[in-house]
Amino acid sequence: MNLRRDVFQAIADPTRRAILLLVATQAMTAGAIAANFDTARPTVSKHLQILTECELLQQTQTGREIYYHLNAQKMKDVADFIEPFRAMWEERFTRLETIMKQYKSDK
Amino acid sequence: MERKTTIQAENGKQDLLITRDFDLPVELLFKAYQEPELVAQWMGTTVLKLENKQHGGWQFETTDAQNKVVFRANGVIHEFMPNRKITRTFQMENPPTSAQRFEVQLEFLEFEPLTVTTSRLTIHTVYRSVASRDLMMQLPFAKGLNMAHNRLQTIMNQVN
Repeated sequence: MNLRRDVFQAIADPTRRAILLLVATQAMTAGAIAANFDTARPTVSKHLQILTECELLQQTQTGREIYYHLNAQKMKDVADFIEPFRAMWEERFTRLETIMKQYKSDK
Repeated sequence: MERKTTIQAENGKQDLLITRDFDLPVELLFKAYQEPELVAQWMGTTVLKLENKQHGGWQFETTDAQNKVVFRANGVIHEFMPNRKITRTFQMENPPTSAQRFEVQLEFLEFEPLTVTTSRLTIHTVYRSVASRDLMMQLPFAKGLNMAHNRLQTIMNQVN
């Protein structure tokens, strides 16, 4: 549970969410990631460190460069935690919408 | 399928935000929360009491096929502004296990028109603690497990 909490802490930050979105399509170096933000390079490095520690990001060494890429399985774990709760509301609201459309046409 | 319902629940916080856009005028969306017989239909529950006014109370109850109460909740309405806002408390009466006791939660329901025919509902729920929020969010998990157990029980009864 502690590890899971850390993951939620990680995605609670908007910059870190933006980083995850960036690397979702392709692996990137720290420099390439930092180039997308106005924030100071050490700040971005700190974010990358947190995301790596909680395993949302994985590092791969290619020559002298370290590439960051998304750990899809970990991201799925995060989504799964909220998903049953969200699905419950989705189902209720869809029923509400259907019932109210029927109610309207009955009027 | 298009995902219309979004849940925002930041780690370490004791609140959450549920947002959903409806293909309904805001008046109809609000009516679904106002009329007891409509609430009963979409919530799949029996409305024992629904007093839509300041200091009014509400109580819902759901029973299974054997008339056993599986869910009962109640609360007080603090604000009732037609087509705009409902502020209310919510408390479950029958916790799934005696060890778990649910504290009251505060709910702000805001209704807004998007266009003439569409609307948005935002529910901001505040819990007593981070732990009680997380517990509530995990309930559908627990429910799914119970259902699996019940199915297993039914099958086992048939085998015996």
